[in-house]
Amino acid sequence: MNTDNYTFQFSKSSKYLNSVLLIIPMVLLFIGVYGGLMQTLFRAGIIQSDPFVGGDYYKGLTFHGVLNAIVFTTFFAVALGNALIPYSLKKQLNSKISWTSGILMLVGSVLAAVVILLGEATVLYTFYPPLKAHPLFYVGLTLLVVGSWVASYNWVPMYLEWRKENKGEKTPLAVVGMFTTFIIWFIATLAVATEILTMLLPWSMGLVDEVNVMLARTLFWFFGHPLVYFWLLPAYVMYYSFLPKLAGGKLYSDMAGRLVFMLFIVFSIPVGTHHQYMDPAIGAQWKLLHGIFTLAVSMPSLITAFTIAASLEYAGRQRGATGLFGWMGKLPYLDKENWFFPYLITGLVIFIFGGIGGIINASYQMNTVIHNTAWVPGHFHLTVAGPVLLAFLGGSLYMIGQFMNKEIRLKGTAMIMPYIYTIGLFIMSYGLKIGGLKGMPRRTNTGASYANPDSILYQPDWIPYINLTVVGGVIMFIGIVMFIAAFFTTVFSKSRPGTDPNVSNVTFPISEPLHDEDAKWLRNFKPFIIIAIILIVLSYTPVIIDVLQATYGGSVPYSPNSPVPLR
Amino acid sequence: MDKSEKLALILSMMLLSLFFGAIVYASMARNIEVPTCITDVEPFLTDTLFQTGPDEYELQMVARMWAFQPSVIRLPKGSTLNLYLTSQDIIHGFKVERKNVNLMAAPGAINYLQVTFDEAGEYKFACHEFCGAAHHTMAGRFIIEDDSNEPETAE
Repeated sequence: MNTDNYTFQFSKSSKYLNSVLLIIPMVLLFIGVYGGLMQTLFRAGIIQSDPFVGGDYYKGLTFHGVLNAIVFTTFFAVALGNALIPYSLKKQLNSKISWTSGILMLVGSVLAAVVILLGEATVLYTFYPPLKAHPLFYVGLTLLVVGSWVASYNWVPMYLEWRKENKGEKTPLAVVGMFTTFIIWFIATLAVATEILTMLLPWSMGLVDEVNVMLARTLFWFFGHPLVYFWLLPAYVMYYSFLPKLAGGKLYSDMAGRLVFMLFIVFSIPVGTHHQYMDPAIGAQWKLLHGIFTLAVSMPSLITAFTIAASLEYAGRQRGATGLFGWMGKLPYLDKENWFFPYLITGLVIFIFGGIGGIINASYQMNTVIHNTAWVPGHFHLTVAGPVLLAFLGGSLYMIGQFMNKEIRLKGTAMIMPYIYTIGLFIMSYGLKIGGLKGMPRRTNTGASYANPDSILYQPDWIPYINLTVVGGVIMFIGIVMFIAAFFTTVFSKSRPGTDPNVSNVTFPISEPLHDEDAKWLRNFKPFIIIAIILIVLSYTPVIIDVLQATYGGSVPYSPNSPVPLR
Repeated sequence: MDKSEKLALILSMMLLSLFFGAIVYASMARNIEVPTCITDVEPFLTDTLFQTGPDEYELQMVARMWAFQPSVIRLPKGSTLNLYLTSQDIIHGFKVERKNVNLMAAPGAINYLQVTFDEAGEYKFACHEFCGAAHHTMAGRFIIEDDSNEPETAE
């Protein structure tokens, strides 16, 4: 396929839907980002209650987590699939199904957001029972997830039809990546759907008296770790498909990309217990097993580090670089017309540190040092709020330009934003990580106790690190404001002159492979899904048995505001 | 697959094997473990501290909104403590500074870890899982004393 000039005519309805799927979550993202800024101020003791939305640190933390990590990411993954799958397969979406999916997701997200902002669901994004949220919080999350399932059902018949018509041809890599994302998402969300629909929702409505807290927690983390690959994989799709071409080169190896996606299918789910190393009621040997699989799932990321670096080196040499490291200086870091490139390259640099931190967290005993300390948010801001967020922001701006047929406005601002954000992110994460190593807990309003000189709990040695998070957080916020300015200026600008928005075509910077191999064994998802299911059964059966055997009594619901149970 | 790709693959695998080896070494040779599944302890909801041998103590600790019971524990230097932890209401977290002690406290389950205090001093601990409006005030400390007084606890 000559990718240089290839464009695809999306139906008017799917262009409109995809624009909605990008614009509304951007508003929700900004509310969440505002919550993030407020948290750094709370933690430093600068504010005691939210000046605009009202409520305390924990309410802000809940909407920061839910809106940024769950709502925004899910919408973007669906929008990217709705864009790349029709584009790569040259087939139209079924617009009834895609609108049903979009409406379910919008209704669910708005419902959850409203309940949280009213202070009826201050349970954080992990919603561990027996803290109870309003039933509509659980309903909202369910609708969001079901909506994302519906979106992916839409793609399956398109893909099957394409395979029938193109026997013996390789599935485009972007399509493989998007299906991988949603296969993992589908398997993982089955566990959280079970948790919500059979345990938490009936219990929060009063139909069931008690829940097994450890079982709910285990089901949550069955979902909770693959969730991070659901965030990461759309970013990987853009690294493999877009980045080499944006850099002016080719993808070093097509087969590496396919291998990486299949390894993610196999290893991303049987790993959830590494979030529960410090939990009771789960045997240490099973925790170790999940730890081994976690090391295995870092393999595809190490392959990616090599492949993408090699692709960038090739691009640099194409641009005339010489010597061993000359290519690093030749890449289009500050080219206003190539504003998308900075979003991906900054994310890759951040992910070096995110990846190292992740391996530390997964390393069994070493987790004792950092579990639930501020190190953990320090780590995951270097992943989900680093490479994932930046790639998603760049992707959103690119797609909104394509689907609304607009020229990107404030290109300079958009181009420089990832660098500013990255500086802020490094400062904030450094503060959180080192503070965490000194024992500072995560999810804690330190400003009201540990960082307050008048409190008997005052911890003077945490203060410098808490202050760093304020500095970093403010810089990150400035970066996001710059992005929002560029995004909405583009949305509200006039369409490209002289073109009819109804017939304009959409294009994506799809890279060509440098090394292209047949790799027939990597062409079918089925064997990898089967291996994944076997590993899940092997790794989770003993964990669930342990949890059921070692726990006693159920838990009645509690409100975060009182030690007296709700019934 | 070209040569450099194969090399990268092999190096990655070696790196991960090294990490895995380190985990196994720490577990087997240094006996550094994570909490495991406990089924042989009677459920408890009151806190107790008693001596089980020379320099060896057992503490049953209860976490609740928003305090640890007990929240101050005095022990002589050199004590080995068998620490059992549960929760009376919702999920709490427990981490002792400068010590490899990090436990989740969940209702309906008992968590366990052994820790030895070889050096005198104060070891603070704080709840590290969100447990409601006053979560940030839930904390306590071990006081390890040079001269071996009677161990005691306080709310």
